[in-house]
Amino acid sequence: MDRLGERAPVMAPDAMLPLIARVARRVRELPDTWTLDLVAADGGPLMRYAPGQFTMMYAFGVGEIPVSVSGDAADQTRLVQTVRAVGKVSEAVTRLAAGDTLGLRGPYGTAWPVAEGYGRDVVVVAGGLGLAPLRPALYQLQAERKRFGKLVLLYGTRRPEDILFRRQLANWRRQLDMEIEVTVDHAGAAWRGHVGVVTRLIPRLGIDVDNAMALVCGPEVMMRFAASALNDIGVPEEAIHLSLERNMKCAVGLCGHCQFAGSFVCKDGAVMRYDKVRRLLGLKEI
Amino acid sequence: MEGLERIVSEHRLFQGLGPEFVNLAAGCAKNVRFNADQYLFHAEEPADWIYLIRHGQVALEVATPGRGAAQFETLGEGDIVGLTWLLPPYRWGYDARATELVRAIALDAKCLRDKCEVDHDLGYALLKRFLPVLVQRLQAMRLQLLDVYGSAG
Repeated sequence: MDRLGERAPVMAPDAMLPLIARVARRVRELPDTWTLDLVAADGGPLMRYAPGQFTMMYAFGVGEIPVSVSGDAADQTRLVQTVRAVGKVSEAVTRLAAGDTLGLRGPYGTAWPVAEGYGRDVVVVAGGLGLAPLRPALYQLQAERKRFGKLVLLYGTRRPEDILFRRQLANWRRQLDMEIEVTVDHAGAAWRGHVGVVTRLIPRLGIDVDNAMALVCGPEVMMRFAASALNDIGVPEEAIHLSLERNMKCAVGLCGHCQFAGSFVCKDGAVMRYDKVRRLLGLKEI
Repeated sequence: MEGLERIVSEHRLFQGLGPEFVNLAAGCAKNVRFNADQYLFHAEEPADWIYLIRHGQVALEVATPGRGAAQFETLGEGDIVGLTWLLPPYRWGYDARATELVRAIALDAKCLRDKCEVDHDLGYALLKRFLPVLVQRLQAMRLQLLDVYGSAG
């Protein structure tokens, strides 16, 4: 079978058995989006993960959903995940208060290949809530800043009030070693930033396209256009990595819900190389 | 090459254009500047000018009753403000406001249209440069209309 992901996923010893986690902290990012800091309910270690991986969060009696890790992988004292309330399970998860418990399986899936960017320019393109799965990669890029060339974050979202991790972005901007461009689809007259889709910023990138790597995450339509625009300016297909999203249930490649051509997004992804998926992205059948 | 011709030829839109065409285009050009919050033009006014931005940012806006101005696109260095000059009735459909100090080359649209009517080679060369910009903006606008960052995003 032609696998689309390249890196072996890191899987917990018993991949189907949920751990019990406790909410240590709950932060409202946006009116419908919350970040939860999770620790093991028994006080032990929770799980080790790599940037780009996800867990299955289980709201007891309601159900399970896949959620990407949004925290710093170097901080193993807690697991940080950002959830938007869009359905029954995510609504239940975002209603959990500090001290409440939930089930957690994982981590699952492939990771952002951050180390492949050593010695190269790195472009991170995020759309909407897609900034959350990219944040662990951004933490690593910042932690190992000297190993990379130019570092650029392009972030597009709907309106100025929908900007995720606003304080974090401001902190990174103050460090002056990462170029950050934020654009919104619509804004009032008071907004002084960019307006327009995030792909419009790509032709202006002043990077060494022959020696660059791109990490892209957001709604799939946005990723298709962003990856295509990156390729148009000269970034090779094999240097562009996307995080795909499908209906994941078992998360270990057994149930088939997230089948993507000959692969499963849960274990062969979610991070996949653009050259392997480019011709599949536009197919509505998958 | 004289100052204005050189500036015009160095703009992204005109890069690689033959010197004879650059000279014709530069004959319709002048340097302009706009302070922050100054308008380049308003909706319904005649589309008499094309602006090639050299520095700064311009917001394209539509006034919405009770909500003030809504920005739908910003343009920056190397971009063109004003594609409406190409087709009748040559009238702006939106406002354009400098959000910071803007320096630009303003091309007299009527002057350029007249030269294109006389010299079809110039007209074709310019159309080949303006049409991709139009298509890129159309594609971007389609993506914007999909509202991909809604609750499903």
